Amino acid sequence: MQVTEYKPLIVAFCCNWCSYAGADLAGNNRLAYPADVKIIRVPCSCRVNPTFILRAFQRGADGVIICGCHPGDCHYTSGNYYTRRRMALLFSMLDYLGIERERTRVEWVSAAEGAKFAATMNDFVSTVAALGENKRLEDLRCKK
Amino acid sequence: MQEITRNALVEKASALLADGTVGRVLAWKRGEFDYDVTPAVFQTAEELARDLVWNDFCGANFSKYLIKETEKSDEKVLVFLKPCDTYSFNQLLTEHRFNREKVYVIGVPCAGMLDVEKVKKSAEGIASITEDSDKIVIETLFDGALTLDRASLLAERCINCKSKKHTAYDELLGEDGEVLDSARFDEVAAIEAMTPDERFAFWQNELSRCIRCNACRNVCPACTCEKCVFDNPASGLENKAASDSFEEKMFHIIRAFHVVGRCTDCGECSRVCPQQIPLHLLNRKFIKDIDNFYGEYQAGAEVGSRAPIVDYTTEDLEPNEAVERGDDNA
Amino acid sequence: MRKISLANLDALFAAIAAEETLYLPQDTEKGAVYAEWCEGATLSNALNTVRSPKDFFFPQTENLMDFKVEGKSIEIIDTRKECEDFVIFGVRACDVRSFEVLDRVFLSEPVDTYYKNRRDHGVIISMACTRPAETCFCQTFGIDAAAPEGDIVCHKTEDTLYLDAKTEKGETLLARLSALTEECDTSAVEAQQALIRERMAKLPLANLSASDFGADKTMEFFNRPEWKELSQSCLGCGTCTFVCPTCQCYDIKDFDTGHGIKRFRCWDSCMYSEFTRMAHGNNRLTQVERFRQRFMHKLVYYPTNNDGLFSCVGCGRCLAKCPINMNIVKVMKTLGGKDNG
Repeated sequence: MQVTEYKPLIVAFCCNWCSYAGADLAGNNRLAYPADVKIIRVPCSCRVNPTFILRAFQRGADGVIICGCHPGDCHYTSGNYYTRRRMALLFSMLDYLGIERERTRVEWVSAAEGAKFAATMNDFVSTVAALGENKRLEDLRCKK
Repeated sequence: MQEITRNALVEKASALLADGTVGRVLAWKRGEFDYDVTPAVFQTAEELARDLVWNDFCGANFSKYLIKETEKSDEKVLVFLKPCDTYSFNQLLTEHRFNREKVYVIGVPCAGMLDVEKVKKSAEGIASITEDSDKIVIETLFDGALTLDRASLLAERCINCKSKKHTAYDELLGEDGEVLDSARFDEVAAIEAMTPDERFAFWQNELSRCIRCNACRNVCPACTCEKCVFDNPASGLENKAASDSFEEKMFHIIRAFHVVGRCTDCGECSRVCPQQIPLHLLNRKFIKDIDNFYGEYQAGAEVGSRAPIVDYTTEDLEPNEAVERGDDNA
Repeated sequence: MRKISLANLDALFAAIAAEETLYLPQDTEKGAVYAEWCEGATLSNALNTVRSPKDFFFPQTENLMDFKVEGKSIEIIDTRKECEDFVIFGVRACDVRSFEVLDRVFLSEPVDTYYKNRRDHGVIISMACTRPAETCFCQTFGIDAAAPEGDIVCHKTEDTLYLDAKTEKGETLLARLSALTEECDTSAVEAQQALIRERMAKLPLANLSASDFGADKTMEFFNRPEWKELSQSCLGCGTCTFVCPTCQCYDIKDFDTGHGIKRFRCWDSCMYSEFTRMAHGNNRLTQVERFRQRFMHKLVYYPTNNDGLFSCVGCGRCLAKCPINMNIVKVMKTLGGKDNG
């Protein structure tokens, strides 16, 4: 009997200048990370509105990760500093509502860190896979 | 019982109308029952004498009404503000939502307001309610008179009153109070101390009762967008089909998040909720976290302050550390 | 007329629930709600449930149909299920009348089959109100709290519940419960009715009159200047419309699930800025107009289209729940001056 392995759906918001380039580098260097990670490119990590994250969960994501330039390296000088405060407050709120804290993460990945990008994704995917399906922020209407 | 009498408010407002300082007055209007009070605009001394009310049910915060009211004419508007209302007033000024020059603020001390739901739970068929220092006497339709401790009927936001000090006024009736050392974060800490499963169950029970009437948003002095994303069909977020597992969480998380750093913790959201959902516990969680992560900050304590959500330092803690820090504080 | 001792009430509920789903008002920390009866559940004595029983026939959100899109083909999926029989116990006189108000909208041609399905399967057991509240004004609309309508009408005294079947549905159900109940005369009920009527006459809103309102009065009230003052502090929230047992406006929304479409019917509120928005924009641009719409609908438009029947039943929920305490009683007293002083 064949058991289908549970594969989580991960949405990764990546900043155009650092993390998206980091993902590119991971690809160029043939560093493997699971295909379950769907990357959405944003101009800056601070473009990520909290509704994007909730909407991703609604539409079936099991985990959401936001990747931006390292603090101090933002292409727009301070965008990621705002991201850091916003996400600190949002993640804390999600935790307060009893939503598993491991489903959300922020990582700083530079354009040179292809290896870090792949390692981060591998780690995040296995963490979320261990949690199983997102049941607490799901929208039953969107279930197949 | 409130320290200042109704007549003092009527006299003050009538005098300011008479000498032309103000053109109209925003105050509380008498209704059908003793607990039934409506925010209203008064134009004449006769109306004030007849209908103005100042009692333990004047919870409504007038700050948000000033946005529309100040645009109606060139005359000044007189507004009565309780200490907690003045924080919303300052916050709206910080956001340039109305012209300060067009408002004449009279600060009124507040002894705390009663929770109508608590009153109705204590007595069926309320014929009248009278205040007698620290007692409330409720005359009922069928069970005679009931005497209750005033303290037992206070609204939650007043039990945990954060300040008796007016942060803005042109004139003050009575004595000003102090900022209080309240226990307002205790309930938040109690939820933080629960297990994730318990927290989820707690909020699922509360938020699933939401009927999406939008009263919490519409009354909120911090919610002043001309067009809310939840009303805009083009936003992709508007959805009237409530009662699903997801929509209420989306709405309430975003509602609370949108007022982070601007919410003064006035408690109007919880007061107006027809389903008695403790919505202030969402806003207060954000306030507690801000105090905890970025240093104490009280929105509306002064005009022009910069909220922590639109500020940063290079040493801020990381989002995933922030969540873990919650564990230590629970 | 039949009676049963209150000590046997649980047996009565168990007997009903054995064959039909039984709903009754139950107390919670945050007010009374209709909930399914199960062993140990007790009947609330509250007058009003927080949400009205219109939910049973006209739920806040209802999936009308699904569409499945694959390539260029669209499959339409009927999501309807035949409703099973259910009983609602303890419905107050005002709420029972609200079903008639809804019926006239949903059961007139073209019949709303979703609504009819639920209506056909529901049996309503009403309950007289011995302790009306200060916010009650059902008598203004000719409703008698001492003698509610319904399939079976109940009167509860200190130790006994009296049941009287008024319709065929009610008789069938009562016949099924005959082993638990016994035949009795009407004297106890008549005594209670006299007490209720005496109490109703003394309520603070007992003299509120709707006589100035009614069919074909649109022009008399539409342009009244008082609307502006009445609506000036309205927040534009939907509380009054959503707790109202007779508000029946709805919107139909298509929800994109990512792999198909779900078509929902959901309650709408005339207090909302997007209400009845059309391609050309919105036809009620200010809160004055939206506010006026709600009360004109209750007191003038609905009666105009429905033989003079008002679409307010005086349950008092909006009086209790409006965040700023503006309500239909104040509107009637302000505009219908002749009999309301």
